[in-house]
Amino acid sequence: MIVFDDVSKFYGEVLGVNRVSLTIAPGITSLVGPNGSGKTTLMNLMAGLLRPTKGRVVVDGTPSDRPEVLCRKLGYCTQYDAFPPGLTGYEFLHATLRLHGLSERECRDRSARAIARVGLTDAAGRRVAGYSKGMRQRIRLAQAIAHDPHVVVLDEPLNGLDPMARAETIAVFRQLADEGRFVVLSSHILHEVDLLSDRVILIHHGYVVAEGKIAGVRDEIEEHPVQVLVRCDRPSLVASRIFELDSAVEIKIHDDRRGLLVHTRDADKFYLLLNRLVLEHGLDLEAVAPADEDVQAVYTYLIEKDGPTS
Amino acid sequence: MSEARSATVRQVLAVQALELRKRFLGKRAIPVYLLALIPLMLFGGRAVAMLVFGQGRSDTIAQDSVVYAAIFRVMILRFVVYFGCVAVFVPLFRGDILDRSLHYYFLVPMRRSTLTLAKYLSGLAAALVLFCGVTMATWVLLYGAHGPTVLFERLLSARGAFELGSYLLVTALACVGYGAVFLTAGVVFRNPIVPAVAILIWEGINALLPPVLKKVSVIHYLESLCPVSFPPESGIAILADPASPWVSIPGLLLLAAVLLAIASRRVARLEVLYGVE
Repeated sequence: MIVFDDVSKFYGEVLGVNRVSLTIAPGITSLVGPNGSGKTTLMNLMAGLLRPTKGRVVVDGTPSDRPEVLCRKLGYCTQYDAFPPGLTGYEFLHATLRLHGLSERECRDRSARAIARVGLTDAAGRRVAGYSKGMRQRIRLAQAIAHDPHVVVLDEPLNGLDPMARAETIAVFRQLADEGRFVVLSSHILHEVDLLSDRVILIHHGYVVAEGKIAGVRDEIEEHPVQVLVRCDRPSLVASRIFELDSAVEIKIHDDRRGLLVHTRDADKFYLLLNRLVLEHGLDLEAVAPADEDVQAVYTYLIEKDGPTS
Repeated sequence: MSEARSATVRQVLAVQALELRKRFLGKRAIPVYLLALIPLMLFGGRAVAMLVFGQGRSDTIAQDSVVYAAIFRVMILRFVVYFGCVAVFVPLFRGDILDRSLHYYFLVPMRRSTLTLAKYLSGLAAALVLFCGVTMATWVLLYGAHGPTVLFERLLSARGAFELGSYLLVTALACVGYGAVFLTAGVVFRNPIVPAVAILIWEGINALLPPVLKKVSVIHYLESLCPVSFPPESGIAILADPASPWVSIPGLLLLAAVLLAIASRRVARLEVLYGVE
């Protein structure tokens, strides 16, 4: 189990998280909250990158202030988009595994396995500096799982991924969870979490406001419309097809005719439609990103409804 | 060797590989190379002038030896090695914080004290190669300017070998001492330039300090080990009450060990807070 025992973290006088008591079981657990709510703080506390101001964190029986033991069983895919300079994807993973103290042969085998698992085999020989945002995200995921940890912590792991890579990455998470591991991930996008989590923990202003099985919050989420930002070469095509869905509420095409903002009550259907447009019409998709404002509204909706629990 | 111990050795070597790459090939290596070039250009220029144009020939080898002793203390030791160590050792941790990549080291199963030692050793290896290389090259250029015969005679004589060996030892100990000082400064201070300048001033006025305060510096012990003393008529400050090698060498090693222990404790409590650095 991952146990937060009355944990508080302050950055000077600024609150990170306050009086968090949690027990996280194996499976996929999502930390959900708006930007600045304390998700990354909780993850950094779990990984030992931060020390609690008060309370203690124990990960699978190991206190978080013992990196020499903790990091054998924990892998962390952070949001920090920085890499040691000049390394290829393979060299980056190999160097990381060498830092774990593994033998040369193990480093080679595990690097290749992790790279294959995140679908970067073809790009493994290229420098990480030349990777796209999505590829950098995936190589960080490979770094987090390469040493075969029992606890995998992932901070906004789907950021920057295209729909295909998202689906593949979610499948990797599910596979890790099915192997009996702890998968703890953060997201500020409730719909994304809905697709993949066994359990969610809602955080707001440093407090845990709700936690439990995803089914408990799903209905409330589904009734609430979400906004999705799409950048592509043919926004008019997307717009015309979206209106065929009864869940579409509003569509705004950008002035540069290279994107649109979609307001929909059923994000799942919308994402499926996008996938179909890519496959059947060769739609050139540059970016797909749920818009924050609406997610904030969902939190407000949930928080006003439930109120803080701690 | 037990599996745990060999794993630790592999971890230290892995840190070395990553850090040496940064120290020699990273963008932060450029100022170090430029610093190292200054004495090389000076002695190289003199050697070319003497060999090609037959100009600037010193009257005696002994005079060269005194001139080198002065240049070594003032330029190589107090300027090149000092600022070189600032540039090599301060970024070992501070550079990773600024680059937002320190978490890669903190997310591996390694004691923070081992990480501190491994980083220090990698900085030391880089500094030794660069600055002992500068000392060796300038000394060779000094006597090589008189022709290969003079150079080899000097190198193979007991006095010449002692002189060169002593300068290399002093350079190496300077890297050990200043390296520990600046690694610790990089960990303790958010802006290590302020302590670097403060230490530079303290080391600079060392000759003017009373004997008790003189001993609270790195340069005092390094200068005590220098092989050539200045004649009284040279006008250069003479080292009063020099420390014996039996005090200087263990003293500098002890200083480095104490500073590394302080740095290790600090690194053990270091948090990854890139946003506020």
